[in-house]
Amino acid sequence: MFPSLFPRLIACLLLLCAAVQAHALTAESARAMAAGDTDDRIAALQAAIATPDEATIAFIRAMGEDAVKIAGEKAIVIKDDKGLDPVTGAEVPVPDDAEDIVNNNRMRGEFDTALASLQLMSTEIAERRKAIDALREETDEARLPLIEKALAAEQDAALKTHLESIRARILIGSSDPAKRLSAAQHLAASGNPATRTVLLEQLRSEEDPKVKAALQAALKTVEERLQWGERLAAVFSGISLGSILLLVALGLAITYGLMGVINMAHGELMMIGAYATYVMQGIVQKYFPGAFDWYLVAAVPAAFMASALMGAVLERGVIRFLYGRPLETLLATWGISLMLQQLVRSIFGAQNVGVENPSWMSGGVQLMENLQLPWNRLIIVGFALAVLGAVAFLISRTRLGLFVRGVTQNRPIASCMGVNTARVDTYAFALGSGIAGLAGCALSQVGNVGPDLGQGYIVDSFMVVVLGGVGQLAGTVYAALGLGILNKFLEGWTGAVLAKIAVLVFIIVFIQKRPQGIFAVKGRSAD
Amino acid sequence: MTTPAIQLPAPAPLLTRSGWSAFIVALIVVCAVAPVLNLWVPAGSALHLSDYAVALLGKIMCYAICALAMDLIWGYTGILSLGHGLFFALGGYVMGMYLMRQIGRDGNYQSDLPDFMVFLDWKELPWHWALSDSFVATLVLIVAVPGLIAFVFGYFAFRSRIKGVYFSIITQAMTYAAMLLFFRNETGFGGNNGFTDFKRILGMPIATPTMRMTLFVLTGVTLLGFFLLARWLTLAKFGRVLQAVRDAESRVMFSGYAPLPYKLTIWTLSAMMCGVAGALYVPQVGIINPGEMSAANSIEIAVWAAVGGRATLVGPIAGAFIVNGAKSWLTVTAPEFWLYFLGALFIAVTLFLPDGVVGLVKKLKSRKSEGAAP
Repeated sequence: MFPSLFPRLIACLLLLCAAVQAHALTAESARAMAAGDTDDRIAALQAAIATPDEATIAFIRAMGEDAVKIAGEKAIVIKDDKGLDPVTGAEVPVPDDAEDIVNNNRMRGEFDTALASLQLMSTEIAERRKAIDALREETDEARLPLIEKALAAEQDAALKTHLESIRARILIGSSDPAKRLSAAQHLAASGNPATRTVLLEQLRSEEDPKVKAALQAALKTVEERLQWGERLAAVFSGISLGSILLLVALGLAITYGLMGVINMAHGELMMIGAYATYVMQGIVQKYFPGAFDWYLVAAVPAAFMASALMGAVLERGVIRFLYGRPLETLLATWGISLMLQQLVRSIFGAQNVGVENPSWMSGGVQLMENLQLPWNRLIIVGFALAVLGAVAFLISRTRLGLFVRGVTQNRPIASCMGVNTARVDTYAFALGSGIAGLAGCALSQVGNVGPDLGQGYIVDSFMVVVLGGVGQLAGTVYAALGLGILNKFLEGWTGAVLAKIAVLVFIIVFIQKRPQGIFAVKGRSAD
Repeated sequence: MTTPAIQLPAPAPLLTRSGWSAFIVALIVVCAVAPVLNLWVPAGSALHLSDYAVALLGKIMCYAICALAMDLIWGYTGILSLGHGLFFALGGYVMGMYLMRQIGRDGNYQSDLPDFMVFLDWKELPWHWALSDSFVATLVLIVAVPGLIAFVFGYFAFRSRIKGVYFSIITQAMTYAAMLLFFRNETGFGGNNGFTDFKRILGMPIATPTMRMTLFVLTGVTLLGFFLLARWLTLAKFGRVLQAVRDAESRVMFSGYAPLPYKLTIWTLSAMMCGVAGALYVPQVGIINPGEMSAANSIEIAVWAAVGGRATLVGPIAGAFIVNGAKSWLTVTAPEFWLYFLGALFIAVTLFLPDGVVGLVKKLKSRKSEGAAP
């Protein structure tokens, strides 16, 4: 089962045998483990693994694989059709009347746990971690000696804590109130959600008042700690959702906020970005399979260019005829969105396509026992901030940004100054669309990529822009993060759908009070 | 307020002479010709109106009512609502609740409760189903529920002078929120599946040719009635104020009118019309689910009105027939092209046909008469 593990186990056990006075497997103990009443066998098994040697492990494993026969008073291990003596390993003849041992499910479970317990002694930290993980939910007092031994030998601090909490969990079911008391005090230091369950269960059946008080105190501490983890997790997923909303809304902040174009096809431009990522992934996979982990580096500009190009085409072909007629723009761009969706369906099919995370984006940072920050979310937060910085720089510091602001503030005067307003419109719209493409690229890393990817975000992103105020980058940022966090907090409280409804109602009410958004434009340019 | 310099045109008649004759022809077609062709002309005959056509036309007439309602609020008042799908669905749901109760114990579980409630293990009807077994109450609620929601929403929105695209987006958000709510099982509207498997209406079986024809005639008469009502409203002073609000709201305010009551009245009325359309739609189609509240449906209503021609009352009705006729034809013959067609229609109408089909016909007519005159 573990071919590479086996020699290591043996080495480890040899050391252990030297340290603890191990009594090796005997013919009697092997017989006792292999045959007889199940309870007696389990007792024998546990006695044997308290002080294991290599022969014991091999024998337990053989029993688990039904490769043991009983001949009279002797247990024989069958390997490659040959009989082996379990104690010496020497070849022995198998009598014709030898019977297979009978293992019921309980016995099999015992074998598995026994082997897992033995893994605790492995020199390999990964093996020990696996074994500890397997024992996490253990509450059987018979495991105690083994765990205490592992605890004594364990060097790694994190694993040691885990082992301690397992020990405490076992002790808490102990019949000795003093042990229960110390275990309760110990468990208070745990941040594991399972601890709460154990404490709650014990509290229900506990009779000793002193222990009961200790249990309650422990429960309170654990719950407080867990709550912190949950709160932080909600904040983080709020920030994560907010950063996605921010990416989606940033493009809108330019096309709608600055230019005043209601682009209902914004979601579909995101979808194009996501599909561009998918296509890029395919190209890299086919031609540069070695560089697959870095396909995103190529996909980001591809997504931007694909969507920006589509945006420029739309602006030249449709939108520029509709400036100043927002309601008509809304309808025309809705029509565009329908056509783009159908186009993608015709090319890529109606099913979702698979976009994989590069390996460096999987996994995450474990901050607390119940709080893990996944890498892909963290990277998207960083990506959103980078895009935000780039857009802010572009709008406030570059010549193009100056032109865009000039044209939106006063088109005729900008034109008089020699600005080619039509071209600036196209550039600005392409920029906003390109940012939508970037948002689509980011979304492809956390969600499904399908023809209706954009539909789910369009309402939310318009809400962000409306809430943040038209023509405001700062407002967009605050609104996106605020809505993201608000949404996630309400979600923990009322469930996802009601949270969404609550947020929409909140926005509708908010708009009543401040029709111009959080950051209203003051002065004459307001209307 | 009138000064001698301003001559208000004499109030136009409700319909011109030719208008009345067209109206009466339409009424006869709906009430007499269609039933005769469907029920009494044998199925093999070339003149026979098939059951499929009756169902389709009945459905499209419901849509036409929506388009008319949309025209009142968008074409005449300049307020683009993306929430009319919600009002349509609300009317439909009220009717659906009544029809669900009419199933009685004939459902799969032989219970007094609708099947989906038995499935959810509910023991009694939730409070909002209290009036659903009374047909009269249902009739009242069909207009009252969409009307009330529209009134409350409109009051707050118009009072804080939300207009233009802001209003459109917020109505869309409202519809979206409602859709999410109706998708939930615990709100008591049947969740994803909505209501279906209707058996009876007013104690009579619902799936008979006669009942289908009755509903068809009822829909047609309602449509024509609403048309007259809209015509009357838009010709009256009320309608003139609405159009003034559309063209220059601030000037209307400076002239001493408060736009709020006008906008609120037409908005609420428009929502009620949609509710009626929904209520007529559900028994004919046999199903209502939250999908009716999706953003796409509400925007499609706007396109029917735009295709036909805004601020003309015949236009939106024609638009509903043109677009939905094309839809039922295309989704059968070339389903993958339907969305291309619809999308192109959105763009073409906004770019090339701002006055819709009716505007195009008018333009062609006047060009013809110009050509004939000199």
